[in-house]
Amino acid sequence: MKDLIKRLTEAFGPSGSEGPVREVITKEVEPYVDEIRVDALGNLICLKKGSGGGKKVILDAHMDEIGVIVTHIDEKGFLRFASVGGVYPVVTLGQRVYFENGTFGVIGSEKLDDIKDLKLDKLFIDIGAANREEASQKVKVGDMGAFFQPAVDLGNRVVAKAMDDRIGCVVVIEALKRLKQTQHDIYAVFATQEEVGLRGARVAAYGIEPDVGIAFDVTSTGDTPKARTMDVSLGKGAAIKVKDSSLVCHPGLRDYLVKLAEAKGIPYQMEVLEWGGTDSGAIQLTRAGVPAAVISIPSRYIHSPSEMVDIGDVEACVKLCVAACESPLDF
Amino acid sequence: MDLKTLTSLSGVSGNEYEARSAIIKQLESMGISYECDVMGNVIAKKGDRGPKVLLDAHMDEVGLMITHVEKNGFLRFAPVGGIDPRVLVSKRVLVGKEKIPGVIGAKAIHLQERDERTQVIPIDRLFIDIGAESGEQAQGKVKAGDYVVFDTEYQELSPGIIKAKALDDRVGCALLFEVLKQDWKEIQLYAVFAVQEEVGLRGARVAAFAVEPDMGIALEGTVCADIPGTDKEFQATRLGKGVALSIMDRGSIPDRKMLNQLVKLAEDEGIPYQFREATSGGNDAGAIQQTKAGCPVASVSVPCRYIHTPCSLMSTSDFEAARKLLIKFLESVEGGFRP
Repeated sequence: MKDLIKRLTEAFGPSGSEGPVREVITKEVEPYVDEIRVDALGNLICLKKGSGGGKKVILDAHMDEIGVIVTHIDEKGFLRFASVGGVYPVVTLGQRVYFENGTFGVIGSEKLDDIKDLKLDKLFIDIGAANREEASQKVKVGDMGAFFQPAVDLGNRVVAKAMDDRIGCVVVIEALKRLKQTQHDIYAVFATQEEVGLRGARVAAYGIEPDVGIAFDVTSTGDTPKARTMDVSLGKGAAIKVKDSSLVCHPGLRDYLVKLAEAKGIPYQMEVLEWGGTDSGAIQLTRAGVPAAVISIPSRYIHSPSEMVDIGDVEACVKLCVAACESPLDF
Repeated sequence: MDLKTLTSLSGVSGNEYEARSAIIKQLESMGISYECDVMGNVIAKKGDRGPKVLLDAHMDEVGLMITHVEKNGFLRFAPVGGIDPRVLVSKRVLVGKEKIPGVIGAKAIHLQERDERTQVIPIDRLFIDIGAESGEQAQGKVKAGDYVVFDTEYQELSPGIIKAKALDDRVGCALLFEVLKQDWKEIQLYAVFAVQEEVGLRGARVAAFAVEPDMGIALEGTVCADIPGTDKEFQATRLGKGVALSIMDRGSIPDRKMLNQLVKLAEDEGIPYQFREATSGGNDAGAIQQTKAGCPVASVSVPCRYIHTPCSLMSTSDFEAARKLLIKFLESVEGGFRP
């Protein structure tokens, strides 16, 4: 699983440019599903057929990651950029970014009198070009870049860029591999464009018209020094979401997942996220409404190039996902 | 339909009657079939086989709405759509169906305190003066809920440079008419003249649901800040430098294949183009993309300086570039291009 985490987090895929991630996942899941298709927004939708009499279940994880988009190339070859998704200026300073064609750049800043003046429009990307002509051979306006950081194995924990939400993809892929028997039609949706407004999941869910939707995404923790109060910790198991800014999870489905975790002895914790959103927010409001829940993977330093997860938590999420698929889901 | 006629029509969001009637009349004179839906969108159609291509331009414009008639005859108002309060003071407006002329008033500089001179007057402290002598006289002519449109004359400031109100997005409507002049055989072209874009992409959302397109393009008059005091990297677009192609905005990220196709066609055909070098703002493409099970979209725009004010400027050469590129794009879809 650590190998898959490394390959997936190191793949390139800012919102709207998820092609390389989709390729990795397609190869990975092909032997374990019955049908694969890519929809109009680039969502990868994989169906594992059930034995019959079950429900249509979406397991959603988004492929896209936050990144940057080139908005201007100046005469000296420096690139101005805007954010793709929620990028904190302070986190980007000194980072390296790369483009889909393999071009690398570093983020530099204009002279600042006060660090509080640090905004994205004071920053630029230097790809080592001497002028606009040279830069334009490597990148053009509209190209997206991802933060560059190799995944690092810390033992029980792993740190990487794009853990949000490749670790969710890992959980769903791993569950598809382990799932032997289910009565439900399982639609694994590897969604696009979550970071810019849950856009992929919204249309994927409309097309599938599911009976149940469960998203797998990272959530914050409150276990670091002087952290914002939050009752989720790394290493304490799968986080079953109660709410975030995008939805209140279906109480019946949520409690069902809790009972399942208890019955199977899977470590879990309850999650109340006071900000942020997940694809389940879009899935829940599909058509006439869908019971939706979220199983979250606790993660530190979300939306930085160094997001940390605990392998035990990931394992718990996979187990809970498999247990849910094997259960009657008669909440 | 020419830009002079189109920009002279009033059509503040939710009150597009005048613009819509003129558009319908023009479609009828061209013998083009259309439908008008429950929101007031006009959906014209050409061609009956091949992929469904939705081209969208919104007919609504930003403006104001009367919220209260004061006892002394002055009118209070709220903005409809995004309006910078700094552009409002001392502008001429037309109020209500009868188009009663008025001006947006404020205290003269002589009477302002020192700190008043340095502050923007918020919209809730501005008022419209229609020259009424009393509240009763004003109430006879105006009531809360009446729409207010900017009173701006269309003018060619220099050869090829147009000044008008509502270029956002009557310029898109004009492009739709250009495309509708041509016969389309291998595509089903749905030209949507949408309502209520300026208040949240509301018209396009339902029009796209009904059409269920295979691809969509929003045609827009877009931001252009090639003006003194704005560094090149923050200008977004430049007047006269060609049709503007969106790279991403708050509402949508264009389908990469469609964007690449537009760029390729522009380069192959020698059509001047530029990227819209900004990611702020949004347009109907955002709503169209999220339709049902999803729709690939792109945005093709004509740069307009000073949009969302009573006076915006555009270049007819950019319009011509947009027209050419759109037609080339549609021809390429006829020739088999798919997102």
